[in-house]
Amino acid sequence: MDNSEKLLIVKDITKVFSRGSLLSRVNLTAVNNVSFEMEANKPEIFAIVGESGSGKTTLARIILHLVEPTSGHILYRGKDVTEIKSKKEKIEFMLAVQPIFQNPFETFNPLKRIVTYLYETALNYKIANKSNLDKFVDDVLALIGLSIQEVRDRYPHEFSGGQLQRLSIARALIVGPSLLIADEPVSMLDVSLRMSIVNLFKELKNNHDVSIIYITHDLATAYYISDRIAIMFRGNVVELGPVEAVLTRPLHPYTRVLKEAIPEPTPTKKWSGKIDFSAIEIEEFSRVGCKFAGRCPSVMEICKKEEPKSSFVDGRMVKCWLYK
Amino acid sequence: MIILQIDRVKAYYKTNAYGTQRTVKAVDNVSLEVEKDETFGIAGESSCGKSTLIKVISGTIKPPLTIIEGKVIYNFGNESIYIGKVDGQEKIEKVTWEKVSYIPQSSMSVLNPVMKVRDIFYDLLKSHQKLMEKEAFEKTMKEHLNSLGLPIGVLDSYPHQLSGGMKQRAIIALATIFKPRVILADEPTSALDVVVQRSVLQLLKEIQNENRNTLILVTHDMSILANMANRIGIMYAGKIVEVAKVEDIFENPMHPYTKFLINSIPRIGDKSDRLSIPGFPPNLADPPNGCRFHPRCPYAMDICKEKSPLLCDVTEGHKVACFLTSEESENGQQ
Repeated sequence: MDNSEKLLIVKDITKVFSRGSLLSRVNLTAVNNVSFEMEANKPEIFAIVGESGSGKTTLARIILHLVEPTSGHILYRGKDVTEIKSKKEKIEFMLAVQPIFQNPFETFNPLKRIVTYLYETALNYKIANKSNLDKFVDDVLALIGLSIQEVRDRYPHEFSGGQLQRLSIARALIVGPSLLIADEPVSMLDVSLRMSIVNLFKELKNNHDVSIIYITHDLATAYYISDRIAIMFRGNVVELGPVEAVLTRPLHPYTRVLKEAIPEPTPTKKWSGKIDFSAIEIEEFSRVGCKFAGRCPSVMEICKKEEPKSSFVDGRMVKCWLYK
Repeated sequence: MIILQIDRVKAYYKTNAYGTQRTVKAVDNVSLEVEKDETFGIAGESSCGKSTLIKVISGTIKPPLTIIEGKVIYNFGNESIYIGKVDGQEKIEKVTWEKVSYIPQSSMSVLNPVMKVRDIFYDLLKSHQKLMEKEAFEKTMKEHLNSLGLPIGVLDSYPHQLSGGMKQRAIIALATIFKPRVILADEPTSALDVVVQRSVLQLLKEIQNENRNTLILVTHDMSILANMANRIGIMYAGKIVEVAKVEDIFENPMHPYTKFLINSIPRIGDKSDRLSIPGFPPNLADPPNGCRFHPRCPYAMDICKEKSPLLCDVTEGHKVACFLTSEESENGQQ
């Protein structure tokens, strides 16, 4: 198989963190055996959804090559990212894969003008030269709905949260990446501003061929923009497939619990029934067998002993003993 | 019965640094009435003054925040509390947690990190009820935590040992121990995951069913209000622009801002395009003249740029401040 047709292959990625001292070491599997692929010639928005502590940020950091995985491989256009050694290769990778972080207020140094980030990125990677710098930066800013006149003399505190998040997207776009990894890009923003960022992602995908990995815990926006979705729970991808199928007809019991918990924006559909309070996080991480067995409404004997295998049902991957 | 009446309150932040005077009109001419035992939701974007309004209601008014005009009155039947200007004199009566309790924003970091949860509770109880015996304290705590479904082991933990949702539930336990008549919750779930969020909101609802208290819930998440609230007030740039029953807000929004807000909510099962509100919220130190929404409003008329509309009844129980629905302006009121 020619791997260069795939934009990104995440293959059996596992990350184990150790905590505690030498004698009382506790191993915590933050990401457990995660695999998925993204096509190169078909841009898509791939959502990774889960609670805090589900390992979604660790996975993003592994893809960005900021954290070394314990085992497994990340292949970007056929090249193994985990084996990058030379500086030249590293720069090539950084030109193609760019991060967008959660808190726009912390992304920028408050003492620097925002435009210096854009100028410096463009100059450092030799994407523009001094003579056409302004024009180049202005073109990128036009993508996010701002212009160089509005941005040039201003410091981070002079922008609103929504504008800052747009500017951090502009910073990522300067290098002309083909993959953006956005880690909770809208969780610090208001609902109305959220939509402007989310719509921007949609436009980047449709008109500029940028693929996006959208990490969030907001299922409603994930449904709105993404093509495929992966549901993560305590380090495992428990369900992965087309977003319409996964969120309208969830198969895994955890996906159902997650969907149940979202408040519907319709006053006639109020919550009915009660849910159990979540258990203690560490306990779930160290559970043998299926991590969700402690809270699962349809738990069986086998769930407590053996970890479920991936099975393919109804066009998607599910990790649950119910679908064996 | 009206338990809380907010009467034309103007609360501004006044600062004077190095000779530069600055006035931020965070709450400007807000009038509201909250019924006994209802859940009243206040929604709006960040920096629209909703947290300031809660600060005024809870009586935690500290400089630079000052009340310029208006008053807040609590009416508990046989007793009432005044906050604000009464006959030109400033009168801020003490609001105790036995009557009104307050769950602040980012309450995750409210708990003292070097105190066990037990000691935090003990401090609180001791300051309200003199001569609290250790045994009586243990008994009260056990009963209270049991009724909220919290494990008793929480008491022996330090705050950092608890997860975010557990911390938030401990704070709710702290805020409800005296069975207050009114609970003010300012973004109680904004830092929590959906499943934990639901359990926290469920807890607030259960407490309300049991103690029959009034709940004032401030959030920017309209979906939460659709689930929790009986009535909703929509706030924009320091003013309340629409007040109505939750069904009316969602099915028949009248103010253009509310319409935008409702239409921008994504729903699972619906992939049609959702537009965000054009433009950005105004700076409250220098708000636009007239209606504060007019620079972003697609229906803006000439009058909107000059006069500020008055919040008045359009249909029974549905109040809107917009010249599209009524001619009355705030300037004619005084």
